Amino acid sequence: MGTDSMPAPQGIQTGLDRTAAVSRPGTYLELVHSWIVTVDHKRLGILYICYALVFLLVAGAEALMIRIQLFFPHNDFVSPYTFNRLFTMHGTTMVFLVGMPILFGFGNYLVPLMIGARDMAFPRLNAFSFWISAFAGLLLYYSFIGGVGLYGTGSAPDVAWFAYAPLTEKAFSPGHSTDYWAVAILANGIGSIGTAINILATVFCMRCKGMTLSRLPLLPWLYATVSFLVLVAVSPLTAAQAMLLIDRYLGGHFFDTQMGGSAILWAHFFWIFGHPEVYVLVLPAFAFANEIIPVFSRKAIFGYPAMVAASVGIGFISLGVWAHHMFTIGMTSFGNAFFTLSTMLVSIPTGIKTFNWLATLWGGKIRFQTPMLFSIAFLFQWVIAGLTGIMLSVSAWNWQLHNSYFVVAHFHYVLVGAIVFMIFAAIYYWYPKMTGRMLDERLGKLHFWLMVIGFHMTFDVMHFPGLLGMPRQIFTYEPDRGWTLLNQIVSVGGFIQAIAVLVLVYNLVHSYFKGVLAGPDPWDAWTLEWATTSPPPAYNFVVDPVVASRRPLWDLKHPEDPDSAFE
Amino acid sequence: MATVPLEHVRNEGEWKLPSRGMVAMAGLITAESSIFLIFVVAYLYYLGRDVQGPTPKEVLEIPYFGTVCLLSSSGFIMLAERAIEHGKIAAFRLWWAVTILLAAIFLGDTGLEWRKLIVHDNLTIHTNLFGTCFYSLVGLHASHVIIGMLMMLVTMVFALNGHLRAEHSYRVKVLALYWHFVDAVWVVVFTVVYVVGR
Repeated sequence: MGTDSMPAPQGIQTGLDRTAAVSRPGTYLELVHSWIVTVDHKRLGILYICYALVFLLVAGAEALMIRIQLFFPHNDFVSPYTFNRLFTMHGTTMVFLVGMPILFGFGNYLVPLMIGARDMAFPRLNAFSFWISAFAGLLLYYSFIGGVGLYGTGSAPDVAWFAYAPLTEKAFSPGHSTDYWAVAILANGIGSIGTAINILATVFCMRCKGMTLSRLPLLPWLYATVSFLVLVAVSPLTAAQAMLLIDRYLGGHFFDTQMGGSAILWAHFFWIFGHPEVYVLVLPAFAFANEIIPVFSRKAIFGYPAMVAASVGIGFISLGVWAHHMFTIGMTSFGNAFFTLSTMLVSIPTGIKTFNWLATLWGGKIRFQTPMLFSIAFLFQWVIAGLTGIMLSVSAWNWQLHNSYFVVAHFHYVLVGAIVFMIFAAIYYWYPKMTGRMLDERLGKLHFWLMVIGFHMTFDVMHFPGLLGMPRQIFTYEPDRGWTLLNQIVSVGGFIQAIAVLVLVYNLVHSYFKGVLAGPDPWDAWTLEWATTSPPPAYNFVVDPVVASRRPLWDLKHPEDPDSAFE
Repeated sequence: MATVPLEHVRNEGEWKLPSRGMVAMAGLITAESSIFLIFVVAYLYYLGRDVQGPTPKEVLEIPYFGTVCLLSSSGFIMLAERAIEHGKIAAFRLWWAVTILLAAIFLGDTGLEWRKLIVHDNLTIHTNLFGTCFYSLVGLHASHVIIGMLMMLVTMVFALNGHLRAEHSYRVKVLALYWHFVDAVWVVVFTVVYVVGR
């Protein structure tokens, strides 16, 4: 074999030589400037992740204030008005300013590297999307200063994250707090749609030579699915916000019940966005699991085609389940039956995925390093979250528990137990690639165990006040309801999780300066991002890679037994 | 390090990928379609639920002229696409200008219609549910026409000062795809507002 016809191994080998990225010492101002004007997908990815982590701390602090308020019955730690603002801002922030940016951040960073591309398809659109999302976050939080409403009591939005009409109409929500909410969500939506278009174009049009769709790593596959979902699900929210703003500023009547407008229509529009949004958040978590579990089991992913089909299937089914958030609003028996059954249908592709992960673990040489620990916890917690999801999908059961703490526990099981745990796994797994240094394993294990203990104290126990009838979003409760001890356990668990997150933050900062040097491929992994240096140079790969299988680095490391021989 | 035999990679022939401009425009069209869908659903849902007039039947007249202009512009933009592909810049300029002109006529027609509704029929966005839904949906479409027109005008400037050549036909095609979408949406809006809703 003549090496001249084989650019791929050369390109990869050059990467494995760990040539240090050439850097010129510059002033502090030049450094900041270079980050602000950057169109590099890696830097934008890191900006997204840092931005999301800052808001994670903010929204986490809001959650802790909610938990302090609920620690005792008749507590008056915060006023009822402040409490409304806290849960509104907590929900809105966690979904729009933490969940979506951090997942887009990892997508930005990883998708071009995994498909062997130089950058995203549209680098400047990428920068625009990030900065408009960042602007949306600042706008939302500026409402604390700028949103003064009736009698000076209003500041931050207080209409809950789903902002049911007509509560958001001018008559019931005077002042500007709701305007800040609507405009921030609108701007954030524009950023999300821009990023989604960019990821789709990148995955389909920027793949390196030989990377057919059947060789595409699962992470880009899932990000393509997510991007499609963003396009069809976030756009309705953008449209609904435009309608709300037309009502508030131009005197329209979309949700004005006195003029014949409908409160139910808003609920439909919101949940047409709201439920696919759950999958927009959870599919990237699945994507991380798809990459991490095989590497730490030392086996190729089990059932790759089934995984792709299941992910795309989840994407489509999730578009037809939204009204299971609305069983108590009152629908026809056909509507109830349809949305019960369609919701249960989601459990089939998710079940396929779960069993494929288990089959990947089966017989593997499992390494219990921090990313894998979080992934294993994710598997357990995701199954439990799915089971309570099936319970809630039954309309008759839902009528009993709608808007109770059982629902709050269920979706936090998904959002924290599955998504946040996999985000932590992804941070431990890809931090070495992003910074060139390993995160401290001892602190990682401490973080993991604190997180597991805190999570289960909070969210296992939170199901019970719900079953006992405690509604969500209440400011306080009576002492004789039997909810006190349960709420106290939940609150203590919340603080343990907060400590766990602080351990992570310390680890992130500490390891950036003192961590062990990672080298290009610390986990002995198989996808292309590990073929280049850590951190990768601005151009990613010295020579455009060429791949011949799903695991190009396996082929490179095991020339006697390459995957490509079995395709 | 040993190298991997990659002969089958070479056997796979030319590596072809879809064009990123077209994929991105398809993505944008998907997103925009969802936005229009929501406004269309609201329009249909609120038909006949008004507590006060005027009703669509009383005030709306079918805008035949504007519709013919807008829909025929899709044909002229195709002629322009073909012209630039073959490097016929003069023909491109002509068909492109006709497209812009037809779009402008459509907008003018809409403007006259709105003027009649506001001045003569006293229907504003504030009057009733019909007014809210009508001006939002038709206005959303008209704003897309305006955006398309602005982009076509920029292209026209490049065509007139000679910066546009046959190798840019691909970019023209991406823009034309957007314009076809704007026209296709009008078919839906027209059907909903003037046929079903009247």
